[in-house]
Amino acid sequence: MLVPKLLRNLISRPLTDAPPAPTPPEIVAELRARLDEASQARLGRSLAIRQVDAGSCNGCELEINALQNVAHDLERFGLRFVASPRHADILLVTGPLTRNMAEALTRARAATPEPCWVVALGDCAVDGGVFRGSYAVLGGVEAAVPVDLLIPGCPPAPEHILEGLLALMEANA
Amino acid sequence: MTARSVIEAGQRAGCTPWARYLLDARRWAALAPSPGFSLLALWGEAGVAHAAFLDETRMEVLLASVAAEEGRIPALSPFWPGAALFERVLRDLWGIEAVGGTDQRPFLDHGRWPLLAPLSARPPAHSPNPPPMEFLPATGDGVHIIPVGPIHAGVIEPGHFRFHIQGEIIVRLEVRLGYTHKGTLSLMQGKPPRAAARFAARLSGDSTVAHSLAFARAAEAAFGVEAPPRALALRVAMLELERLHNHLNDLGFIANDAAFAAIHARCGWLREGLLRAQAEAFGHRLMMDRVLPGGVAQDVSAGGIEAILTALTAMAAELPEVLQIYDRHASLQDRVAGTGMMDARLVAAFAPGGVVGRAAGRGFDARLLTGDLAPRALITQQGADVDARWRQRHAEALQSIEFLQALLPALPPALPDGELTVALPARGGEGIALVEGFRGECLAWMRLDGAGGIEACMLRDPSWLHWPLLEAAVIGNIVADFPLINKSINGSYSGVDL
Repeated sequence: MLVPKLLRNLISRPLTDAPPAPTPPEIVAELRARLDEASQARLGRSLAIRQVDAGSCNGCELEINALQNVAHDLERFGLRFVASPRHADILLVTGPLTRNMAEALTRARAATPEPCWVVALGDCAVDGGVFRGSYAVLGGVEAAVPVDLLIPGCPPAPEHILEGLLALMEANA
Repeated sequence: MTARSVIEAGQRAGCTPWARYLLDARRWAALAPSPGFSLLALWGEAGVAHAAFLDETRMEVLLASVAAEEGRIPALSPFWPGAALFERVLRDLWGIEAVGGTDQRPFLDHGRWPLLAPLSARPPAHSPNPPPMEFLPATGDGVHIIPVGPIHAGVIEPGHFRFHIQGEIIVRLEVRLGYTHKGTLSLMQGKPPRAAARFAARLSGDSTVAHSLAFARAAEAAFGVEAPPRALALRVAMLELERLHNHLNDLGFIANDAAFAAIHARCGWLREGLLRAQAEAFGHRLMMDRVLPGGVAQDVSAGGIEAILTALTAMAAELPEVLQIYDRHASLQDRVAGTGMMDARLVAAFAPGGVVGRAAGRGFDARLLTGDLAPRALITQQGADVDARWRQRHAEALQSIEFLQALLPALPPALPDGELTVALPARGGEGIALVEGFRGECLAWMRLDGAGGIEACMLRDPSWLHWPLLEAAVIGNIVADFPLINKSINGSYSGVDL
């Protein structure tokens, strides 16, 4: 059983997708301008991501998790998810920012060491999406913490999330 | 008197396809559990409380309502333990107090909204001032507390878990949700069902098709219309596809929580293949906003059926091997077998739906109500542990593949005019529907005003009955097995938070 399987895996092609096209230079330049040189040197070509769900419907979480499957294999780019904001370079925030999550998000941001990128992922995180105007939401991540990059979509497909995160990586390179 | 006879003695209020009866407070208080009768949901509208029950012998839903005189109703929770969580939310959202209820603490309301009881007739303004959360105590030698969340270690939804532990052993767990409360029901009020459908599609993203379909069927029942045959078949296909991609996800993630990466990797790959086929067929990986009241948003694309069938073939070929790998690894079996057992008495008292119920021997699936599943095709397990829940998902995934392989090549043709939706009239009505999503039965209820706008509605995720059972299933297990047990139940946070 084992030997034929090993042979098959040795000669088969990898399941992982090709990397997306390079980020347009103007986006990289804009993101780079947000970081000072010292920060660029410190972060290098590896970014640790702490995901914070600030009230999403869990659709965005499904696609973020799909980034880690063998087809997208996020870690090959030097991007990885970490369990604590204290270990993170990126806060990847989803949801329309509910009033019940605002304090937790602010605290997570305070616990993340500088330099730190904040990415608002999904239409809800961008401006509240369909939930804008509800008594229970603040209408986007920006209402509580400054945002560096917006990745719209409902939910954005893994390729689009990857493009956004790679743009941050390029800005650090 | 049985619960059915108590309800039917009330005044018939009219709801399709299942009737609703208005009871006085005395009759409502006499609603005691009887065999084969279970509580599905309890919710409110301004000044009234509604409850939905399932009559498992007749395979029918029965609705009961009671007027909240001065904002109070008799509690159901002393007899129906599953009602406790609903009663907490009844007060949080509708300002209706369940007198004599077993738990008077808030659940969704954290004291951070600018108003109280947002769905009551006149919500009073409130200056946000979150009080400290109260948790039930646990006492004993060396008992200590582990507070977890709202932000968890993984990429999952937010909630607060309060563990009381003794050594490695969990003595008590309490789940406090509400962190993702978005005011969904209040946003739906006043909108016509077509416009409100996007909120049903975003109640719980992983069940977007199931909740959209329950909402659509409830609206169609209220209006007395039926979607075209091809749209009906496409919706059933999407429902099975959603079950399949979520079951694959859970099969992988449960194994992953026991640090068994191979199953996670294979299931993740198969699921990705299916999501890509769904994107090709329906234009969206999760098929969000594709099911609408009155029909479907669009037809399946030209190459879409072929793409899905190809993905299904790959799955059908590999899933038996995944089961073999699962069976043959003692290290994995050691983690899942006997872990997170659910007590049979609790299963009987709460009557949880979906995989959680069927893996504990409960023979209910909402597809039995619509004839989409034949009674002899119903799959159940007896184990009531993590292992049984994994096996239940595996068996259901294989069943969904077979079902789709038969359905997709034989979809009914479009009507001559090519329409995939029927027009919705601008008139009043009341409807309810129960749709079996991957977690269990999703309930949607709505009452429409004379112009066809939503006057009151409820979307009830199956997780309402799963969260309390998670709290019970972890007792006596080690803390390190919590993620495994939690994933095997996989409650939706957003689905309950509303």
